[in-house]
This record gives sequence, C-alpha cells and structure tokens, in this order.
Amino acid sequence: MKMELIQPFVNSLDAVVAEIMGCSAQISDVVMSEGSSRQRGFAARVCISGDIEGSILLELDETAAKRAAKFLTGDEGEPADDSANAAVCELSNMIVGNAVTQLNDRGFKFKVHPPETYAVDGNAKDALDTEALVLRFETPCGIVCLDVAMKYNLHRTAEPAIVTAS
Amino acid sequence: MQEFEPLSRGDQPKIRFLLVDDSVFARKSLSRMVEAFGGEVAGEAGDGCSAITEYDRLRPDLVLMDITMPKMEGIEAVERIVHEHPEARIVMVSSVGYQDNILAALQKGARHFIQKPVKPEALYEIIRYVVNDTQTPVPAGKGGA
Repeated sequence: MKMELIQPFVNSLDAVVAEIMGCSAQISDVVMSEGSSRQRGFAARVCISGDIEGSILLELDETAAKRAAKFLTGDEGEPADDSANAAVCELSNMIVGNAVTQLNDRGFKFKVHPPETYAVDGNAKDALDTEALVLRFETPCGIVCLDVAMKYNLHRTAEPAIVTAS
Repeated sequence: MQEFEPLSRGDQPKIRFLLVDDSVFARKSLSRMVEAFGGEVAGEAGDGCSAITEYDRLRPDLVLMDITMPKMEGIEAVERIVHEHPEARIVMVSSVGYQDNILAALQKGARHFIQKPVKPEALYEIIRYVVNDTQTPVPAGKGGA
C-alpha cells in the first residue's frame, strides 16, 4: 500500500479530530497487520469501492468516543454506549469522506458506503484478504486508531499520476 | 456556538427545515445549528425515500440533505423532489466533497453544497444565500432548446 494513499486519511483524521473534538492528534505507532483488527473501545467501518477497494476501520477508546459524542450532540452528562458508537460512525464518515475527496482530486474514483458500527470481540480479525496499515494516534481526548485496508482494483485501466504536495 | 442573527424569509417568522441524514448524530448536530440560526426543524429523515415522503408531507422551506445514505442516496432524492417541486431549496451536506458529487447534485437541482464537518458560520451564510435566492434553478435535462 502506497503512503500517498494513506496520507489523505492521516490529514483528514487530524482535521476532523481538531474540528469536532477540539484537540490535536499525533501519530504514536504505525504497524502492518493482516486484515483489519480491533483492539478495544468503539469502532466503525466504512467500505469503499472503485479504483481502490477496501475498508477503513476507525476505533476510539472509551474516553475519546464519549468525548466525541458530547461534542457532536452538545449534551451534558455521560453519553451511553449507543451514543459513543453513533459518534464514531459519524466521525468515520467525515474522515473517510474528506480523505476520498483528496484522493479524487488526484484522479481516483470511489464510491463510499455508509458507515457501520463494528462490534467484535477483542483482537478479532477481519476476513479481508488485504493487508491493513494500522495507525495509532494519541490525542488529549484519548486513543484513536485507524486501520486502512485497501488494494488496487485489478479492473482499473491505468493508475493516475499521484502528485505529492510539496 | 457563536450567536447568529435569526434568519427569516419575507414575513415568515421562522424558516422550516427538513434534515436528511442516516446519522442520528449528524441530524442532532444540524438541528442545534438550525435552532441557533432561529430556524425550526419541521422534520427529519434517515434516507432518501423517507426524505421524499417527508418533503411531500411537510413542504419545508429548506432541506439539508446528506449524500451517502442507505436505501436511496441523497442525489437521487434531490432529483425526485425537484422533479415534483421545482421550487424546492435543497442544500447538500456531505463529507464526500469531490467535484463529481457536487456537480451531480447541482445538476439534479440542489442549490448549494457544504462539506462535513460543518462549520456553523459557513452553513449560516449558505442558508442565508439560498433562502433569499429568488431564482428557480433548471435541473440538467429540463432546460430549453
């Protein structure tokens, strides 16, 4: 997986976390894993199809997910788990949507599917036959992880030229 | 959220909105903004099919419409609503902001587009522009010779 494809997701996560949760996100770890994996907390998955296919899994630990829920609703008090799940779904929608917008500007065509809550037992692996890049971010609001599992669609006719921003 | 001068349309005290998004959170967030703008949420819908039904029932002044939704996506819902109600004022609100999407929505009759995450001050300006725009756009394929 090329870093040029990953960078828009990193940029997008940084911007959305800053806008919605009012804090910055710093990458603390990057690892490759076979398929998307989930460790703990609240997670949502967005599938994409088109020139590049795969899925993006966003996971927030409980503190971060509940903080996001508070920011999105403006409600006082401790959010319920359902609210935390819904908040992570909405965040994943924003992050992936903004990232594919950047990739589209570089010539890739996508269809983005609605986000789904991703609930499995800890450490469960996805059945995706795709290597995932797992990016772990530390924020003052808690831990945020992004699993990006994408591969080129073999039916694509040509790879668009990627222009790296200087 | 900052304070906004209440939006109005002619002698109508409150602008009535229909909020369409499959995310309850997105609708709640938009609802807070609409109320901060002095508007009224007349109804909500979670997909394109429900949006058409609710538009027919409520006849809102303005629709805030997501694009990526289950059952029927926002762009198709815009096309169907505008086909029946050419005067409909619909603003697309989506995280996917690439040009193809924006153009498709505008060609089907949407009046404007704003990308998520939505900044209240940006949405306020767009709504103010759209509610005061007196022109009825002609969707692609419905133009003259």
